[in-house]
Amino acid sequence: MKKSVLFGSVAAVVLAASGAMAAEGDTLNEVKTRGVLNCGVNTGLVGFAAPDANGNWSGFDVAFCKALAAAVLGDGEKVKYVPLTGQTRFTALSSGEVDILARNSTWTFQRDTDLKLDFIGVNYYDGQGFMVRKDQRVTSAKELNGASICIQTGTTTELNLADYFKANNMEYRPVNIDSNAEGEQQYLARACDAYTTDVSGLAATRAAFADPENHIILPEIVSKEPLGPAVRHGDNNWGDIARWTLYALVAAEEYGVTSANIDELAKSSGNPEVQRLLGATDELGTMIGLDAAWAVRAIKAGGNYGEIFAKTIGEETPIGLARGLNAQWTQGGLLYAMPFR
Amino acid sequence: MVSYPGAESPPFRLSMLIYDRRYRSLTLQAVVFILAMLAASWFINNTLQNLAALGKTLSFDFLFRRAGYDIPQQLIPYNSDDTHLRAAVVGLLNTLLVSFLGCITATILGVLAGVLRLSSNWLIARLMTVYVEIFRNIPLLLWILLILAIFSEVLPPPNAYRGDTPEAGMILFETIAPTNRYTAIPSLGMTNSPGTLTFGRIGISWAFITYAVAFVAAVLAHRLIRARAQRVQDRTGIRPVTWWISLSIYLLPLLFLTWYFGLHLVPPALRGFNFADGINLDNSFVVLWLALTLYTGAFIAEITRAGILAVSKGQSEAAFALGLRPRRTMSLVVLPQALRVIVPPLISQYLNLTKNSSLAIAVGYMDLRGTLGGTTLNQTGREMECMVLMMAVYLVLCLGISSGMNLFNSGVRLKER
Amino acid sequence: MSETHAQTVAYVRDSMLPPQPPPMRSSGAVLWLRANLFSGPVNILLTLIGLGILWLIFDTLWPWLSHSVWNAGSIRECRQIVSETYGPEANGACFAVIRARWHQFVLGFYPQEFYWRPILAFGLLFLALAPLLFGASVRARRIVLAIATVLTVLSAAMLDTGLAVLAGMTALMLAWSALIDARPGRALLASLLYPFAGVWLLWGGSLWGPVMVLAGFGVGLAVWRVAARFGMLAVAAGAAAAALWWWLVSAPLAGLLAGAVPLRLVPVTSDQFGGFVLSITIGIAGIALSLPIGIVLALARRSDMPVVKMLAVMFIEFIRGVPLIALLFVASLLLNYFLPPGTSFDIVLRVIIMVTLFSAAYVAEVIRGGLAALPRGQYEAADALGLDYWKAQRLIILPQALKISIPGIVSTFIGMFKDTTLVVFVGLFDPLKAMSDTVRASFEWKGAYWEPYFFVGAIFFVLCFGMSRYSMHLERRLKRGNR
Repeated sequence: MKKSVLFGSVAAVVLAASGAMAAEGDTLNEVKTRGVLNCGVNTGLVGFAAPDANGNWSGFDVAFCKALAAAVLGDGEKVKYVPLTGQTRFTALSSGEVDILARNSTWTFQRDTDLKLDFIGVNYYDGQGFMVRKDQRVTSAKELNGASICIQTGTTTELNLADYFKANNMEYRPVNIDSNAEGEQQYLARACDAYTTDVSGLAATRAAFADPENHIILPEIVSKEPLGPAVRHGDNNWGDIARWTLYALVAAEEYGVTSANIDELAKSSGNPEVQRLLGATDELGTMIGLDAAWAVRAIKAGGNYGEIFAKTIGEETPIGLARGLNAQWTQGGLLYAMPFR
Repeated sequence: MVSYPGAESPPFRLSMLIYDRRYRSLTLQAVVFILAMLAASWFINNTLQNLAALGKTLSFDFLFRRAGYDIPQQLIPYNSDDTHLRAAVVGLLNTLLVSFLGCITATILGVLAGVLRLSSNWLIARLMTVYVEIFRNIPLLLWILLILAIFSEVLPPPNAYRGDTPEAGMILFETIAPTNRYTAIPSLGMTNSPGTLTFGRIGISWAFITYAVAFVAAVLAHRLIRARAQRVQDRTGIRPVTWWISLSIYLLPLLFLTWYFGLHLVPPALRGFNFADGINLDNSFVVLWLALTLYTGAFIAEITRAGILAVSKGQSEAAFALGLRPRRTMSLVVLPQALRVIVPPLISQYLNLTKNSSLAIAVGYMDLRGTLGGTTLNQTGREMECMVLMMAVYLVLCLGISSGMNLFNSGVRLKER
Repeated sequence: MSETHAQTVAYVRDSMLPPQPPPMRSSGAVLWLRANLFSGPVNILLTLIGLGILWLIFDTLWPWLSHSVWNAGSIRECRQIVSETYGPEANGACFAVIRARWHQFVLGFYPQEFYWRPILAFGLLFLALAPLLFGASVRARRIVLAIATVLTVLSAAMLDTGLAVLAGMTALMLAWSALIDARPGRALLASLLYPFAGVWLLWGGSLWGPVMVLAGFGVGLAVWRVAARFGMLAVAAGAAAAALWWWLVSAPLAGLLAGAVPLRLVPVTSDQFGGFVLSITIGIAGIALSLPIGIVLALARRSDMPVVKMLAVMFIEFIRGVPLIALLFVASLLLNYFLPPGTSFDIVLRVIIMVTLFSAAYVAEVIRGGLAALPRGQYEAADALGLDYWKAQRLIILPQALKISIPGIVSTFIGMFKDTTLVVFVGLFDPLKAMSDTVRASFEWKGAYWEPYFFVGAIFFVLCFGMSRYSMHLERRLKRGNR
C-alpha cells in the first residue's frame, strides 16, 4: 500500500526525468521489457472473455490475447487481463493501460478516427438482433412497436436501436442495463419484451437459459457489427504485429495448419505460402521486429482461428454459434487473410 | 506607537525570511503557493502533452452534435435527434428530481423512525433500531441491487394484467398497476382543456397557470382576512371567526376550475406490450428513489434521535412548570433546540444523498452521470471534457445545496447575544 | 402486639385470610406488556403494525431460509432438491453456491496456495492496531490478541496451509503478542512497520523493496536530526535526502541485496485481487494514507496564513462536492493523463490514490471538528509555555484533538469501506456486484441472485456493525475521560 504508492511516485519521477523515454510508438519494446502483455477484455461475457472459479480467463477474445503474447513474448500465458467496462475500454487503451483491446468492440468510423484507435481487423462479423419469448407471438422486429427493450448503455447497439425504431416510425421504451448479466436477469423476469445486442451475444445468452427453446432470435439484423481488436493510433509497427497475428490465425485455418500438425508442417510443408507463414523460408517475422517462428508460436498457443472458434463459441460448446459469416472466404464466409508474402 | 531611541529595528537580513516570525509566514505562503502552482502546471503540462501525443484537442464542440440515443425518463422533451447538451440537461434534471424527492421522503421516514426509536413502545423501538442498524451498516449498492431484484423478480410483468381473468390486479380502485418495468399511475386529463402556453419546446397548460393564479390569489386574500381579524381583535378583544371564509377562498375556485376544465384521472390501460394513457414511473427511478430513501432515512433517524436526546430533560420540565401543554412544549421548546443540533448533519446527509444518486449507474437510471458522464462520454470519446464538466456541475450543485441549507441553519442557530 | 389486642378489640378475625396473588397489573410479564406495548390506543395500534411487519418479514424469509440447500452442484440441482423435499411450490435458498464459491467472494482470485498471506496480513493488522485502539484495559487487549491469533492460525490451517508456514505464522503472532503485552510502548514501533509487512505479504516480491522504502524514511530522519539546528531548512534537507535515496540509491541497492540474500515471496499482481481482500485492502490503505494527509489539511484549514488556508479549503470542498463514482472514473479515465507521458499505474493503485484523496478530505473535516472542540485554554497554555507551532501541535493540541476525533474517523472509515463496492464500475472485482456477476456468469450458478447478496451483505453487516459498536464504546470511554 504505502510501498506501492511510494514506488509509484518514485517511478513517476524517474520516468519524468528520463523524459519521453517510453515515447509513444514503441509498444513492442515496452511489452518485451515488461515481459507481460496487458490485454483489455470484457468483465465477463461467457465465450468471449470470462474468469473461472480460479481466476483463469478463457474465451474467444482471450485466445487472441494468448496468441499475440505467444508471438511477441514466446509464452501464451504471459498475459495480464485487464477487465474493462463499456465505459472504460477506449480510455484504457489510449492512456496506455492496455497494449491491445480485445473486448468485442465494433469497428466504426468515429472510433477509428476521432477516438484515435486503430482496429487491426475483424475477428468476428456480427450483427445486432432481437431476442423475444416465443409466447409473445412476435415474428418480426417490425411488430415491436411500443415494446420495452433491454439495451446495454454505452454501446453502438444503443444508437442502432434508436435509429432503427426511428426509421420504421415505431416507438419503444428503453430499459437501460449495465452488463450482460443484468440484461439476462431483466429479460428473464420479463422486465423487457425484447433483448437486443449482437446476435452472438444473444445466442450465448440464450444458450445459458434453462429453457432456450422458448426464446427466438428475430430474423432482422438491424446493423453490421464487425468486432475486432484495436490498438492505439500512431504505433504502426505494433499495429502490424497485432494485425498479422490475427491474419496468421486465419491463414492457418485456410491452409489447414492446426496446433496438432504445425510442428510437422513447419519442417516439411510443400506449400510455399505455408512455408513463409511458418518461417521456414523468408523470415517474415523479422520485418515486424519478431523472429521467424512468431506465427508458429501464435498458432500453437490456442490453435488456428477455426480451432479457437470451435473451442470457445462453436457449435460444440454451450454457446453453439455457427460459423456463418465467419467462415473462410473459400467456404462462403468473409474471413480473408491477406497473403503472406 | 512611541519610538524609543536605540531600539530601531535591526537591518533586514536574508535569514530573517526563515527565522523571523514576522516574515516567516510570508515566506512559507510564498513557498507553498509556488509549489502548488508548480504542481498544477506540471499536471496541466502533462495533460496537454498526453493529449497532444494522442492527437486529441480539448474542445466542447461535441456538446452541440447529435446525441443519437434515447433516454427513458425525460422531464423536458428530448429525442435522439437532440444534442448532447440537451441530453446532459435531461440527465441533470433527472438527478435533481430523484435527489429532491429522495431528500423529502428520507426526511419524513428518518424523523418518523428517529422519534419512534425513542417511543415507549418496546416492539416499535426495537424494530426501528434494527432498521437503522441494518441499513446503516450495509452498502447502499447492495440495497439498490436488492430492491431492483425484488422489483424485477417479484412484481408481475405488464401482460399479467391482460385477459379476462388476469394473474395480477391493479391496486387502489383499479388505478395503479405496479409491474416489473414501471409503476403505472393515473395521469390527469381534461375534457375542456384551455390549451397550452409554449416556450420553445416546453409547454405549460393554461389550466395549470389558472390554478396557480387562483392559489396565489387565495393566499393573498387569506392574509388580508387574517390581518383584518387581528385588527378587530386588537380593537375589541374578540377575534371574529374566519376559518370558514379562508377555507372557502381556497376551495371554491379550486372546485369551480376543476368542474369547468372537466379535470379527472385517466387510469392506465394496457395497450400492446405496455400500459398507456397513465404515467409510467420507471422502475429504475422508483428503485433508486426507494433505496436512497431507506438508506438515508436510517442516517437521518440517528441524527433525529441524537438531536432530541440532546435537549436536556430540564427544558421540557421547565416548560411544563410554566403551564405549557405537551404539544406547545414540543413545538416551542424542545423542537427549536433539537433543530439546532439536527440541521448541520442533516445538510451533509442531503449532500450525501445527492452525490449517492450517481449510483443510478447500477439500475440504468439516466442521471447526469448516465448521460453526460456515461453514454455521451462513451460515444464521443471526450472523457476529459465530459468528466470535467460533470464534476463541475456536481460541485456547483453541492455547493448550492450546502449554502442554501446553511442560510436556513443560520436561521435556527442559537443567537448569542 | 396481637396478644394485647386480643382482649381489647371486640371483633377479631379468628382465621387468617388466604394470601392473595398480587394484582394482575403489577406482576412480571403482564405489567411489562401493558406498560411497553399496550399502554394506550396509539400504542396498541403501533404494536399491531409492528407485529404485522414482523410477520411479513418472517413469512417471506423463513420458508426461504428453512428450505435452504447446502449440497448441490448447480442451481438446477438445488431447485430440484427443494421441490423434491418440500413440494413443487416451495422456494428455498441455494446456499450451495456460497459453499462452492465462497473463496471467490472472500479472497477473489488470489492464488489458492498463498491464501495464508492475506489472512496473515489481516490477522497482523489487529496486532498492529492493538496498542492504539485496545490500549485501555489489559484484559480487553489480551482477549483481542488471543482471538486474532487463534482465528488467523485456524483459518489458515483450514485452507490447507503447509505446516512450516503455520508454525512460522503462530510463532510470529505469539512473539508480537508477547511484545505488545510486555512493552506496549515499544510495540508502537512494530505497528509502524506493519504497513510494509502488509504490503509485502499481499503483493509479494522481494522483501528488499519495502525495506529500502523504510530505509529512506530512516535516512530522512537521520539527516533531519543531524541538521536540526537549522530549523525549517533541516526538514527540507531531510525530505530531499529521503527523495534522493528513493530515487537513486534504493532500486540498485535493493537489486544488489536481493542478489545476495534473496528474501522473496512469489509476487501476486493486483489483477488477482478481488472480493473482500480487495475491499479491505483499498479501505485500509485509503484510511491509513489519508490520516496524515487529513491532519495536514485540517491544520492548513485552521491556519492563519490565507494562501495555505485557501488551498486547503479549495481541495476539501472540491473533493466533498463530487461523488465518489466520479472520482473513481477520474482514477480510471483521467489519472494517466495527469502523469508524465508513458507512465501507467495499476488500476488498483490508482483507485487507492483517489480513495485516499477522497477520505483525506472527510478525515480533515473530522479532525477540524476535533481541533475546534478543544478549549481555547489549551492553545493559550501551549503558547504560554513558549512552544513553537509544531511543538505545540505535536505535544499538546493534536494528541487531544485526535483522541476526540477517533469515533468520527472510524465512521469515516466505515463509510469508505462500504463505498469500496463502487470499484465495480471501473472494472475491479468487488465482492458485491462484480463477484456475484462472475459467479452467475458460469453455467452452474446462473440465476443465483439472492444468495450472494445475502452472504456478502451479512459479512458487510458484521464488519461495519462491529466497527460502529467499537467506536460507540470508544466514544463513551472518551467522554468519561474528559469529565
